[in-house]
Amino acid sequence: MSKTLSEEFYRLMEQLQEVDFVLVELTLYLDTHPEDYDAIKQFNEFAQKSMVLKQQIETKYGPLQQYGNSYSGYPWNWDQPPWPWQM
Amino acid sequence: MWIYEKKLQYPVKVSKCDPMMAKFLIEQYGGADGELAAALRYLNQRYTIPDKIIGLLTDIGTEEFAHLEMIATMVYKLTKDATAEEMKEAGLGAHYADHDKALFYHNAAGAPFTATYIQAKGDPITDLYEDIAAEEKARATYQWLINMSDDPDIIDSLSFLREREIVHSQRFREAVEILKEDQGRKKVF
Ligand SMILES: [Fe+2]
Repeated sequence: MSKTLSEEFYRLMEQLQEVDFVLVELTLYLDTHPEDYDAIKQFNEFAQKSMVLKQQIETKYGPLQQYGNSYSGYPWNWDQPPWPWQM
Repeated sequence: MWIYEKKLQYPVKVSKCDPMMAKFLIEQYGGADGELAAALRYLNQRYTIPDKIIGLLTDIGTEEFAHLEMIATMVYKLTKDATAEEMKEAGLGAHYADHDKALFYHNAAGAPFTATYIQAKGDPITDLYEDIAAEEKARATYQWLINMSDDPDIIDSLSFLREREIVHSQRFREAVEILKEDQGRKKVF
């Protein structure tokens, strides 16, 4: 991975971490506030944002998830670093 | 079914080799109030809690595994360049003798993880009070760990984890209110 590529990877990963954090926070909030319409609207908006970002990362850097939740490149690129603890 | 995601929940940056800090951080890996205990406690309680709370226990339990991975990442990064001599100086000689640099589920003092750290009483309110206490104990531990670090990057990641314990505690408190309301309603009719 070249220097510029990895800089872009980290930038995209940080964006995904931000968006997905909103989703974690809203998930727990909605678990105890199931009738908050605005929060559910926001949840669905961020779910869409997360999907777009994930696709962007996966096209360039390989699958984020397994068992068919992400597409594979050829050859099978699930093993391609970095793993989270190597980031 | 669980799906793994190749992503940390929050970035973990480590700028220096510091096995001493790793030794303390392991408290939140395999200690009584650590992330493994939390994940196992909540996911196990789900089977006998009323339906309204199952989603919350599932989601918090799952998030705890993401926290476990963050702690593991910190420990790994803090020790990966340490020599045997440095491990020994940091008080990790006994750990090194048994595990080299491998992580192990024990607390900061080296006591192995045990299921006796967690409880499942089957009484929903009792279980949720245990969960609130567990979150508060984890929050306190993160504070003690922050107090012992001088690395702004480590402090940043630990502060994130401390804040999550506050949110979890709040959600469990709300769950208690939901259950009380439900029980109150049953008594009326
Ligand atoms: Fe927690």
